[in-house]
Amino acid sequence: MNKLIVLLVALTMTSYVHAENIAIVGGKVHTMTSQGVIENGTVLLSNGRINAVLANGDVPDGYRVIDASGKVVTPGFIGALTSLGLVEVSSSSGVVDASVEITPISKTGAAFDVQYAINPDSSLIAITRLEGITSAATTMNRSDYLFGGQGAVINLEGHRLDGESANANKYKSEYESGQTPVLKSGAFMTVDAGSDGAEMSGGSRASLWVMLDKVFEEAKQASDNLSPEKSWYGINSRLDVAVLKRVVAGDMPLFMRADRAADIRQVIAFKDRHSSINVVLVHGVEAWRVAKELAGANIPVIIDPEYNLPGGFDQMGATLTNAARLHEAGVEVAIGMDTHNIRLAAQHAGNAVANGLPHETGLASLTSVPAKILGLEKEVGSLRQGARADVVIWSGDPLEVTEAAESVFIGGKAIKMESRQTKLRDRYMSLQQKKHATPSQYERVE
Amino acid sequence: MKLTPTKLTLLLACTMSLLTAGCSKQADNDSAKAPKVTIDPNPYPSTYSPIEGQPTLITNVTILDGVGNRIENGSIYFADGKIQALAESGQTLEVPDETAIIDGTGKWVTPGIIDNHSHLGVYPSPSTRSHSDGNEMTNPVTAQVWAEHSVWPQDPGFGRALAGGVTSLQILPGSANLFGGRSVVLKNVPNRTMQDMKFPDAPYGMKMACGENPKRVYGQKGGPMTRMGNVAGYRQAWSDAQDYMRKWDKYETDYEAGKDAKAPKRDLKLETLAGVLNGDIRVHMHCYRADEMTVMMDVMQEFDYQIGTFHHAVEAYKIADKLKENDVCSAMWADWWGFKMEAYDGIRENIPAVHAAGACAIVHSDSDLGIQRLNQEAAKAWSDGKRAGLDIPMKDAWTWLSANPAKSLGIFDKTGSLEKGKQADVVLWNDNPFSTYAKAEHVYVDGGLAYSLSDSTSWPVSDFELGQVGEGDNK
Repeated sequence: MNKLIVLLVALTMTSYVHAENIAIVGGKVHTMTSQGVIENGTVLLSNGRINAVLANGDVPDGYRVIDASGKVVTPGFIGALTSLGLVEVSSSSGVVDASVEITPISKTGAAFDVQYAINPDSSLIAITRLEGITSAATTMNRSDYLFGGQGAVINLEGHRLDGESANANKYKSEYESGQTPVLKSGAFMTVDAGSDGAEMSGGSRASLWVMLDKVFEEAKQASDNLSPEKSWYGINSRLDVAVLKRVVAGDMPLFMRADRAADIRQVIAFKDRHSSINVVLVHGVEAWRVAKELAGANIPVIIDPEYNLPGGFDQMGATLTNAARLHEAGVEVAIGMDTHNIRLAAQHAGNAVANGLPHETGLASLTSVPAKILGLEKEVGSLRQGARADVVIWSGDPLEVTEAAESVFIGGKAIKMESRQTKLRDRYMSLQQKKHATPSQYERVE
Repeated sequence: MKLTPTKLTLLLACTMSLLTAGCSKQADNDSAKAPKVTIDPNPYPSTYSPIEGQPTLITNVTILDGVGNRIENGSIYFADGKIQALAESGQTLEVPDETAIIDGTGKWVTPGIIDNHSHLGVYPSPSTRSHSDGNEMTNPVTAQVWAEHSVWPQDPGFGRALAGGVTSLQILPGSANLFGGRSVVLKNVPNRTMQDMKFPDAPYGMKMACGENPKRVYGQKGGPMTRMGNVAGYRQAWSDAQDYMRKWDKYETDYEAGKDAKAPKRDLKLETLAGVLNGDIRVHMHCYRADEMTVMMDVMQEFDYQIGTFHHAVEAYKIADKLKENDVCSAMWADWWGFKMEAYDGIRENIPAVHAAGACAIVHSDSDLGIQRLNQEAAKAWSDGKRAGLDIPMKDAWTWLSANPAKSLGIFDKTGSLEKGKQADVVLWNDNPFSTYAKAEHVYVDGGLAYSLSDSTSWPVSDFELGQVGEGDNK
């Protein structure tokens, strides 16, 4: 009987450990809210949320104080467009959930849903989060359909190794009690509105845009209940229609990828025809040429600001000043398109700043702007009261390539600054520094 | 003495040139015999001519000379295309009146960046299929192809790389084949023809590839389809090259003995392989995994040649000691990883770990975007090393960008450092180049101002971009 009680207590303690109250003091705090930048700010984390951001150093009782003097504090960065959790190794390495081929469930691709495909144990999660990225939009990067399906937003806590527990069930995490790393499913829909989209539509934009209009008109007009009993002759499958209805309603933003100015003008015209749709422009190499119109249509962009080569005839206007010019015209700019190296988004933003984007806007491109695009501005991307306590303490300016995340909090808990890569590093640094090394596979560094 | 086609040429070049006055006597003497067959090692000679420069003195500037020295508030003077002098703070350099004098306060000077792994021109922008000229994927051994015959000098990427401070670069064939063909080294002064850019007197390199790529490309096309198949392929090719060299040796010996010797038929593939075995051509080998690199160093011992550089070398940190022992450089990215299995064990500290072990470390791009900011790649590696306890001064870290790639390419006697007498390939940075925000303000190639940040009319615009939406990145 006693044994049973002990076991029950142990289970209770390990199944959910409340995040402790933490006060991060003394740092230069970029709140990404109307509070702006606070020199010597105090950030209070409680119950996994931001409790307060203060300009003075007063810390209430019951908080563990972490000194961030001389350091920089920001909200955790958001991977604006990735395939994190969907791919471990891209090439010749088994199923990659970030790509999909022909299957009967969908006719236009809208129905696919990556929320079921996320692997929180992927090594990319730990590798990415210890560089200050705490959540990410993730979706497929290749589909044999018009649409790339529904993307999700995930946090990067992954499956935690619970260090406070001596229990054998070491991998128990809060997400296993019915929760997942998914912060938001059905978070956005992707479509290529440039050359690749034209390829998917018979090889011409003349087909692509007629198709896109038709697909959405159909979703608007179709009944809310397309049951299997009733016959259906649509371009979309029944499931596609149900999902596209959410896009039409403006609940699920439509990420439209296009590079050349003429295509981007078509994106703007599309938004004009389908005004309820929440359109986001993706990649947008020549977006600077249509910047005013994008601002007028209230279309934000997700771009790679380092892309400055005419990789094709859709990209003749590529320039390093794309981000700066878009911002100047009033367009909201998010930065960060990659998967294995989404951790380099801060460097990308830094290069946008080096080419004219204001520094604080560079930080916003990694935090508040993607949060807003994804409809999660109250949850992530800023240090506002009530938001998730995803916070990073940096050694210095996060956009400098020589600076790094030193402490990362996800949901109010400090993550262990460890990944498969740091373990490989430690194993081989230790081995190289010894004269008579033990065989490598016996080398472990704790 | 090993006699091989390329060495033969150097020894007996004049016998081919029957019209040359100095050789005609010898030709007369041997008139009874058929003329000796020799091979021109340089049939596509460089026609590079530098941009005309002005004597230039940069003062009050932080100098990293590229060979381990850092001078604060120093001066550098170059003229006639060459580095003339460096001076410490407080020293004055005597310069002619017509010298351009630049106050470098708050700025930095480094040797020009040398990228020893680029596919500019062979995989140019725009990346259309009609421009895809980097991989002769028709046979696993294509040592006979030369990248210079694919280089499209109108690739806008050259000009963009120049803006990033790249003054020389090696263009390599791709990595589909066990032997991908010869590389070419270029001066990064975009011009009409490949020959106009060709680095004078740079040795040739040869691209080889380990691992996944040859397996993937040829697995269903007659092989190799395994790593052991790859190694069998290298060994057989080296063996064939040895046989070919013996044939030329015999011809050489018989000819010298006055016999009526018939020259072997030229085999362009084996000729290049022979060039490697006799040390004229440098091996640049795409290889990711530590175990594979180590096998390749054994193959190198078996056939008595030298691998100059492993490229990508994502696992070099695991065998840095062995790389040092075998005198093989590693050309690496700062942080690329995971796009295929052989890149799965990439770590951020690869470059500093190789350096710290005393082996030769190089930062390379393999990318038309990455080549534009190799200084940032070095900066990342430098700081990642520092955080891991490998505290390498910036003045030594710059060897990854200039001196070591120059050594890898066999041009360190000409460029790659700011030493008196070397080619004046120089970058003036507007800030510490280990910062994201630093930009190349002036890029000099052979003392000529090839790029000036403040003067957009100095930025090269390729024919391809002329009259298009953007003319270069100057919009």
